[in-house]
Amino acid sequence: MSSERLSVADSLDEAFLSSEHRALRVVIVGHVDHGKSTLVGRLLYETGSLPDGKFEQIQTVCRRRGMQFEWAFLMDALQAERDQNITIDVSQIWFKTRRRNYVIIDAPGHKEFLKNMVSGAASADAALLLIDAHEGIQEQSRRHAYLLSLLGIRQVVVVVNKMDLVNFDQAVFNQIEANYRDFLRQLNVQPLQFLPIAARDGVNLVAPDPKMSWFEGPTLVQTLDDLEQPVPPADLPLRFAVQDVYRFDQRRILAGRIESGTLRVGDTVVFAPSNKESVVASIEVWNAPQRSAVSAGESVGVTLREQIFVERGSVGIHIDQMPIETNRFRARVFWMGDRPLSLAKKYKIKLLTQEVECQLASIDRVIDASTLEASAAIRRTVEKNEVAEVTIQSRGPLVMDNYDRLQTSGRFVLVDGNDVAGGGVIFGGVYLVHKQVKSANITWSESHIRYQDRVERNGHPGLVVWMTGLSGSGKSTLARALEKALFERQMQAYVLDGDNVRHGLNANLSFSPEDRVENIRRVAEVSKLMADAGIITVTSFISPYRLDRVRAREIVASSGVEFLEVYVSASLDVCEKRDPKNLYRKARAGEIKGFTGLDAPYEAPENPELVLETGQESAEACLERLLQFLLPRLRVD
Amino acid sequence: MTGAKYRHLDALENQSVYILREAHRKFKRLAMLWSIGKDSSVLLWLARKAFFGHVPMPCVHVDTSYKIPEMIQFRDQKVREWGIDLIVGQNKAALAAGKTFPNGALTRVECCGLLKKDALQQVIEEKDYQAVIVGIRRDEEGTRAKERYFSPRDRNFEWNFKDQPPELWDQFKTDFDPGTHIRIHPLLHWTEMNVWEYIEREKIPIVDLYFAKDGFRYRSLGCAPCTKPVPSQAITVAEIIEELRETKVSERSTRAQDQESEDAFERLRASGYM
Repeated sequence: MSSERLSVADSLDEAFLSSEHRALRVVIVGHVDHGKSTLVGRLLYETGSLPDGKFEQIQTVCRRRGMQFEWAFLMDALQAERDQNITIDVSQIWFKTRRRNYVIIDAPGHKEFLKNMVSGAASADAALLLIDAHEGIQEQSRRHAYLLSLLGIRQVVVVVNKMDLVNFDQAVFNQIEANYRDFLRQLNVQPLQFLPIAARDGVNLVAPDPKMSWFEGPTLVQTLDDLEQPVPPADLPLRFAVQDVYRFDQRRILAGRIESGTLRVGDTVVFAPSNKESVVASIEVWNAPQRSAVSAGESVGVTLREQIFVERGSVGIHIDQMPIETNRFRARVFWMGDRPLSLAKKYKIKLLTQEVECQLASIDRVIDASTLEASAAIRRTVEKNEVAEVTIQSRGPLVMDNYDRLQTSGRFVLVDGNDVAGGGVIFGGVYLVHKQVKSANITWSESHIRYQDRVERNGHPGLVVWMTGLSGSGKSTLARALEKALFERQMQAYVLDGDNVRHGLNANLSFSPEDRVENIRRVAEVSKLMADAGIITVTSFISPYRLDRVRAREIVASSGVEFLEVYVSASLDVCEKRDPKNLYRKARAGEIKGFTGLDAPYEAPENPELVLETGQESAEACLERLLQFLLPRLRVD
Repeated sequence: MTGAKYRHLDALENQSVYILREAHRKFKRLAMLWSIGKDSSVLLWLARKAFFGHVPMPCVHVDTSYKIPEMIQFRDQKVREWGIDLIVGQNKAALAAGKTFPNGALTRVECCGLLKKDALQQVIEEKDYQAVIVGIRRDEEGTRAKERYFSPRDRNFEWNFKDQPPELWDQFKTDFDPGTHIRIHPLLHWTEMNVWEYIEREKIPIVDLYFAKDGFRYRSLGCAPCTKPVPSQAITVAEIIEELRETKVSERSTRAQDQESEDAFERLRASGYM
């Protein structure tokens, strides 16, 4: 036993000797058979962390099975694992160095058990990526690194194992380091250290070895001890995810977890997505000292001064640090389900404590995680163990953040049937600066007729079809044609047209940027009311700014009706040639200033529900495509 | 915030409270297993933390009739004191037929199967529980180290450890086919040491058997015929913690049923044991 060797770390603070610090969670990943379980077993032995008799017990088991001593049996407790000599499921074990306590998470390396690897790695503070010096970089060496980057694990150490099989040759080690660094760079993963070891014989685990005198870096245990304990994000924007609302002892307590940020008694808190606000009256505890503030990572109970409607799924935030609210967003997902992730199917998304039905709007890119190459073919499914960039559309609004801004509110899982089958991280979402928050004094007057009653009578839901595009692109033509087609099918439909709205509701607004914003806000609010009244509302506005359309989506989605963005696309040339209202001619002559497409920008949608190319297809063909897209959404189950 | 000495327990407590609240919200027919041991006593305490002094679900005690008498006294006292809705499960048929290890009719593992596993199964079926909260920990034993927080069991109560659901970012498996049920493990990430430190910090009452008497104390509590006390002088929680710092003997080594064969415990767990 080599506990004396650990004296390298002896100079550290005595306080670390006890268990009185949170254990650092380290996951060990890498390709099958590269020696992960062996490393863990040997590490426990070298640091004197094995219980008495465990070594002898494994010795007996191995002898009975007629095999050499197998370190991996310390972790591979299942019979099937021992019989096949592989790790099937993730295992966790505790050990300590002089510096601190560790939880070592041993993840399976077999491709078939990737979901178990993810289960283990998702909660880790740091990762050891193991590569067999003899076999070199393999498929799972790369795939696991990709998943670590998706899971947001920033501390990565690359351990080149089985150096004994290559005669401790420095050139082999250097070659692996060079190749793998190159791969990791593409993932934006910056490894803290590359380490050569031979786990089976304990080489360079706790002490340097003369066989590798060429290596001047630290031992594995030194490297582990240099890792940092991540601090809960108390300084970031507040996200208080409400789990439940309890009534105990005449108190109404909101129970949940502070996912990020800090919440204080007296804070004004807005609850998204309903966006009602109230003031924190108290932080409730049982058998603990009184608290005036709670921060990231804490499970808490809170009472409010004014009783507003809050339920599971609500997210408490501070008004100056709003999240994204949308029903349509882009994400990178990794799929672990046996059935493929498919465009045609409905899934449940779980994000913080929110749960809502959703569907893939598009599969934008499928990536082979072991080569980082995008699939060339257009795909309708994402297969097990694949990673993809997708656009997700949910039935109701979701409160979220971009993953690179806030981890906990930027990630989610997808449930297929009864099974958690995929994980994802959100990117590219737009944050809005302005925000309408409802005063607690203004309440929503509830009708005796429910939205659902209207849906039943009409035989279709209300929704908003938001057409955007340059002047002359064909928005109004298509909107009118759609309205007529729906009306003929006995449906309630109405077009809100830019020109008409400016005659009345928005008569006081100019075409200045500020007034354009207000114009769109009012139209969005009216659309929301009309859709809530059960009407298929078709808007026809240039709506040139991406941010305004995002806001319109948020306004409409907040009432739970669908918002469908349709990009009516035609080149400036085509639109200018059509010029049905002579506007381009006037603008070119300098009679109109700030004309979209000429001296004011048009920001094309990045991710609309539908694109209609009116410059390439006839109006009839475009209408046909619009109906094909829309009619299935108007069915009532 | 509590004293710096036990600050590391805050993260463990927060996680367990989160899990208990998820369980309570997601499962209408939910129960908590209470073995009267230190772990499930900590579990019960955490429930009172999560629900502000209340225990909003029934507590099930599987009584093999071979429990050490002090355990039953302690149980009945706390039930009154804390207002617990106690449900006692017992495999009466097996006991009446004398099918037990102490009677010499069965091996230890078979006896656990009938008096604990089957008794639990009977209560779950009779009360129609969808989910049961159990205070097992990953550091206890190799197969428990591979467990999930929300761990499904099939119609026959079997644990399919070869195909467990993914569990990430605290999004748990809360949907399942009719007839199957879920075991919920809020203490999975705690160690034996953490449990004692928490008992010390919170001053949680535990049964006296854990403290040394005549040079021996119980480290793990089970049935009298299959649980041996260990030599010890520890008569306070602080002394137990000191003792554990030094020991290199595993906790369940005093539980005879685990030692019968290499995979004794795995087979017991796969078929529905805690």
